[in-house]
Amino acid sequence: MATIKELAKKDELLSGGHRLCAGCGIPPIVRIILRSANGPVVASSATGCLEVGTTIYPYTAWRIPWIHSAFENSAATISGVETAYRALKKRGRIPADKDIKFVAFGGDGGTYDIGLQSLSGALERRHNFLYVCYDNGAYMNTGIQRSSATPLFSNTTTSQAGEVIQGKQEWRKDLTRIVVAHNVPFAAQCSPHNWADLSKKAEKALAVKGPTFLNVMSPCPLGWYTKSEDSIKLAKLSVDTCYWPLYEVENGVMKVTYKPKEKKPLAEWLKPQGRFKHLFKPENANLLSAFQARVDSEWQRLIDLDGKQVY
Amino acid sequence: MAEHKKLPEGGVIEKGGTAHGYSTGGWRKLRPVVDLGKCTNCMICWVMCPDSAVIVQDGKMVGFDLEHCKGCGICAVECPDKVKAIKMNEEAD
Repeated sequence: MATIKELAKKDELLSGGHRLCAGCGIPPIVRIILRSANGPVVASSATGCLEVGTTIYPYTAWRIPWIHSAFENSAATISGVETAYRALKKRGRIPADKDIKFVAFGGDGGTYDIGLQSLSGALERRHNFLYVCYDNGAYMNTGIQRSSATPLFSNTTTSQAGEVIQGKQEWRKDLTRIVVAHNVPFAAQCSPHNWADLSKKAEKALAVKGPTFLNVMSPCPLGWYTKSEDSIKLAKLSVDTCYWPLYEVENGVMKVTYKPKEKKPLAEWLKPQGRFKHLFKPENANLLSAFQARVDSEWQRLIDLDGKQVY
Repeated sequence: MAEHKKLPEGGVIEKGGTAHGYSTGGWRKLRPVVDLGKCTNCMICWVMCPDSAVIVQDGKMVGFDLEHCKGCGICAVECPDKVKAIKMNEEAD
C-alpha cells in the first residue's frame, strides 16, 4: 500500500475549480481512489452532485477519460466502455497488455435507487470494473429528498420531521450486502477520514479481476445541516459510533477492518447534524434509543460474521 | 457560423482538467493561513482537501491555491492536535 507521501507524488487527477460545495466529502473520496489505482483510469458517473459539480460545460475537473450519460446507468455505461476497450485491444488498437482500470461513480440516489438494476446487471455480467458509491444519505443535488440510503429518522424535504412524523420512518437499505450477494470478488465499506483504509481497499478492488464495489460515507454540509469544516470529523464519528462500520468481503469472507476501541454513543454523531435535531427533543428520547438499539444490533451482526465465509 | 454551432460533436470536452481555469476562490469567507514553521508535512490537509487546493512540492506542504480554495476549513480542523499549523482568518481582515 502507498504511503500518504507516495500518494502525494502522483498526479492530481481531479482539478480544483469544480463547483461542489465547500466542505463536500466527495472530492477527497475521488482523489484518494484515483491516486490508489496503479495505472490509467477511465471513469463514468451517474447523474448527481459529482457529475454536475465537476462538469459544468465547458469545464471539466477530470484529468482522465470520463463519461456521463444518465442517472440510472453509470454501471451500464462503464460496462460498455470496458467492453469497447476490450474490443480495441482485440483489434490491436490498444496494446493488449495495457492494464486500464475502469471506475464508475454514483451517489446513493444513483446507486441504491435509480441505478440499482444497471449495477446489478453489470455485477452479474462480471465486467472488470470498480463501482464507487458515495453515500451522503439523500438526493442532495436536487434538494435533499429522501433516498433508500437515508438514515432512520433523518429529516429530508420528503420526510420532514413535524407534527405527524419524526423524519424518515424506515431503516436504510443495506446495499453493500446486496452487492455481496452478487458473489463479487471484493466489496467494502469505507470512509474518507480513514484515507489509508480507503486507499488500501481501492487498490485491492482495482487489482482484482471482475466487478468490485466500494460504499463510501460521504459527509454533506448542505443536506446534513452541518458546518463545512466538520465534514471529515463527522465521517469519523459515523464510524466510531458504528453507524457506518468499515469492513470488506473478499471472496466471500467477511473482515471488519476497523473496530473502535471505544464505541461512541450514536448521539455524538447525530447531535451536530441539523437533520437529526428533532431527535433531541425530550419527547423523542425513545426514538433516539430505538435508533441506538438498531445500530447496536447491526454492529453485533457484523461482529458475529467477522472472519466467516458469508457468501 | 453562430457561436453555439461551433461546439464539438456530442458536447465532448476535448481537454481534461479545464475547471482548473475556473476560479472558485471568490466563494471563500475564511482564508486558510499556514505556519510552515509548525507544519510537519503529514499531508493530512492535502489528502482531505475537497478542492485540491493544498500545494505540495517535493513532499512538502508549501501553501494554498487560493484561486480554488473555497474556505471550508477542513484543513484547519484536520491538522493534527499536536501541530495545529493552520488557522482560518476572516477574508475581509
